[in-house]
Amino acid sequence: MSATATQTSATPPRLELHGISKQYPSVRANDAVDLRAQPGEIHAVLGENGAGKSTLMKVIYGAVQPDAGEIRFNGRTVRIASPAAARALGISMVYQHFSLFDTLSAAENVWLGLDRGMSLHEVTRRIGEVAHSYGLDVDPARPVHTLSVGERQRVEIVRALLTDPQLLILDEPTSVLTPQAVDKLFVTLRQLAAKGTSILYISHKLDEIRALCHHCTVLRGGKVTGEVDPARESNASLSRLMIGAEPPELKHQAARAGAVVLCVRGLSLARQDQFDVDLHDIELEVRAGEILGIAGVSGNGQQELLAALSGEDRRAEAGAVLLDGRPVGGHSPRQRRREGLHFVPEERLGRGAVPTMTLAANTLLTRTEAVANGGWLRTRQLTSLAARIIERFGVKAGGPGAAARSLSGGNLQKFIVGREIDARPRLLIVSQPTWGVDVGAAALIRGELLALRDAGCALLVVSEELDELFEISDRLVVIAKGRVSPSMPVAEATVERIGEWMSGLWPGGPASTAKGTAHAEA
Amino acid sequence: MLKLEARAEPSRAMAWASPVIALALTALLAAALFAALGKDPLRGLEVFLVEPLNGRRALSEVLLKATPLILIALGLALCYRANVWNIGAEGQFLLGCVGGGAVALWLTQQGIVLPRLAGSTLVLVGGMLGGMLWAAVVALLRDRFNANEILVSLMLVYVAQQLVNWLVFGPWKDPQGFNMPQSRMFDASVLLPPLLERTRLHVGVLVALAAVVAMTLFMFRTYRGFALQVGGLAPMAARYAGFSARGAIWTGLLVSGAMAGLAGAMEVAGPVRQVTPYLSMGYGFTAIIVCFVGRLHPVGVVLAGILLSMLLIGGELAQSRLGLPSALSSVLQGLLLLVLLACDTLINYRIRRVSRQAPRSAA
Repeated sequence: MSATATQTSATPPRLELHGISKQYPSVRANDAVDLRAQPGEIHAVLGENGAGKSTLMKVIYGAVQPDAGEIRFNGRTVRIASPAAARALGISMVYQHFSLFDTLSAAENVWLGLDRGMSLHEVTRRIGEVAHSYGLDVDPARPVHTLSVGERQRVEIVRALLTDPQLLILDEPTSVLTPQAVDKLFVTLRQLAAKGTSILYISHKLDEIRALCHHCTVLRGGKVTGEVDPARESNASLSRLMIGAEPPELKHQAARAGAVVLCVRGLSLARQDQFDVDLHDIELEVRAGEILGIAGVSGNGQQELLAALSGEDRRAEAGAVLLDGRPVGGHSPRQRRREGLHFVPEERLGRGAVPTMTLAANTLLTRTEAVANGGWLRTRQLTSLAARIIERFGVKAGGPGAAARSLSGGNLQKFIVGREIDARPRLLIVSQPTWGVDVGAAALIRGELLALRDAGCALLVVSEELDELFEISDRLVVIAKGRVSPSMPVAEATVERIGEWMSGLWPGGPASTAKGTAHAEA
Repeated sequence: MLKLEARAEPSRAMAWASPVIALALTALLAAALFAALGKDPLRGLEVFLVEPLNGRRALSEVLLKATPLILIALGLALCYRANVWNIGAEGQFLLGCVGGGAVALWLTQQGIVLPRLAGSTLVLVGGMLGGMLWAAVVALLRDRFNANEILVSLMLVYVAQQLVNWLVFGPWKDPQGFNMPQSRMFDASVLLPPLLERTRLHVGVLVALAAVVAMTLFMFRTYRGFALQVGGLAPMAARYAGFSARGAIWTGLLVSGAMAGLAGAMEVAGPVRQVTPYLSMGYGFTAIIVCFVGRLHPVGVVLAGILLSMLLIGGELAQSRLGLPSALSSVLQGLLLLVLLACDTLINYRIRRVSRQAPRSAA
């Protein structure tokens, strides 16, 4: 497969980068990066979060100007001053976080993103053509807020393709897709490449890169650490290039599950906002000494469920959420913490921690050991508590007095997870435990979660990364369209089955009820 | 070409230097303004920056006017840190005058002569209740109907002024006052004890200093104060922690209302000794500037309160000594705030000299 792509090297490469460097105030994001992509090549850019992938793509797309270096496009030296200039050259980009207006239709969104003066009617027709020829199933008339995440991504890709790009940049495109949707995306990308479009595929998922890409440039700390043919590499060898070491193996022993700690019974909640999700009749059980994983594509009710469990949303009926058998549905987050329920939210800055406050002050969000009677703060105890968390969980920080925002994502996550683990909870709920965290910190955090489980704590983990859930969970459930599937032991779960369930296709699930209701009601 | 570049960390040095640079720039702009008005710039600056500090009497007047500014700004600092934007301290100040005045007039009319400490304390409590009542209207509307507190508190200022007018033109008008719109003079037993002989300075300045200490402790040494500030800095983190957003609205507004009301009561029970329609020199609005120049920090508020008090007095002096319009002092206050906000950019950004050719040089 890779041979066909490189045979065309008699023609100039589609894109050539020489010595691209970009310095930010505290970090050298790109350091003399070279990269060469041929026409019709799917070229992976592999690296951890913070390796400089996104900066490099922004340089190519004209959103960031490099401090030094040269860009050649089809053999010609170019200076890309803006995204508009990039599009004029034939470079399109699909961002990781979609930039679509929820209230507009798919066609209107595409229309807005185009530079040329086409009529809406013409755009709608062209969307139909492009969608047809690449098997991208999109209904142009539907408002975006009614589309699933996979469909939204298709709208973004169609928008990018309408400009007939010679180079298409995709930033972590599969992070929001079900495994089945990923397969569909790959078919489209291979089709595009066969027609001569070059694709830069940014990812940190090794399996995907090995399955899809012809060539791979690996970045670490802003520098190129390897240029390889991914089909000939193993996950271990790619990982060595990416993080300088093989990922540490986790020891996962069988769980010795104890008594039920968290019990959710018939939890239904109406949405609070137009774009939220209704929760329908959710049933869950988490036992002491086990990890229950919740899989699902984001935006299927995870946020709403977590808010109801953490106490940030207190509308649930008291009896719908039972902690150690006691109804807590109406309790505040502070009450629930006193009862042993701790929660790590998915947003670190601004929710899990106050960015401008010190780490010592940030422990006060969920810990009240340093609050004396009458509400006075014991500052010395506060500092020593923060110092203990920093020490115990290997947080790299300037000390308890460092502002939360001065920490890297991985270190802040270690601090926040550590703060909750250190509280010795009965039940720990964690959302996206390693989202945007480097591989080393991710392994440490997963190890700590397992250690907490072995110590007899009940854990509920919500994650979009299936690999992660398979690695640490004892049982899995899937959330789709505000409903939660029955659980299955992780040993019996397969990626295919979970993937189907993520579309709501479990027995009695939201996507299968259409057939089932007629019988049920008859 | 000059370019603004984000700093990796906010500069601590600039956080302190920014108000100083802003003051220097404002002085420069003021000098230019004096020159444009045909006055000697140096003499103008002298009137604003030197004369208010010249001598015991002048100094006592600076402190006298700084007292309400500091008190009001302390309350506002807490409110703003909690992300509650009370712009109507002027109205709460006026209700403080009304509340304090009501107590003082009632005691006077009933002929009740209390010991001075008890009498003046009752007046101050009356003022605080008045200010809190006015702020509670804002809190209630915000809490129940999500009404914008900026607009509500600001509009209530004008209602408060009309209330004062109605009282002094109507029920509270002094029968022996030759039909002047003012209440009768308060009995001496309800007035604040003076602090320095032959000046108008009263014990209110000590109360203000005690409030500075109390507010510092509350902000930085109590769980409650911490929770309020989390609500202002990161509302999602406050919800996650379980700190009540409603509590923040009520606490912020009631505390700032009480402080503004206290300042109002001190004004009527201090230098003025009666209720008139001209009680405030815009203290409630000037205090907003005090609050920001003082970085929302109690100690900063003291320094800024003294500075803005000098500007108020300088404005009066400029009128009598140089024949300049009294609006000048408002102009300078506005300039100071504007320049300060501009200087604050340098806390998070730095100015770098860059050449546009740099990225091309490798080509």
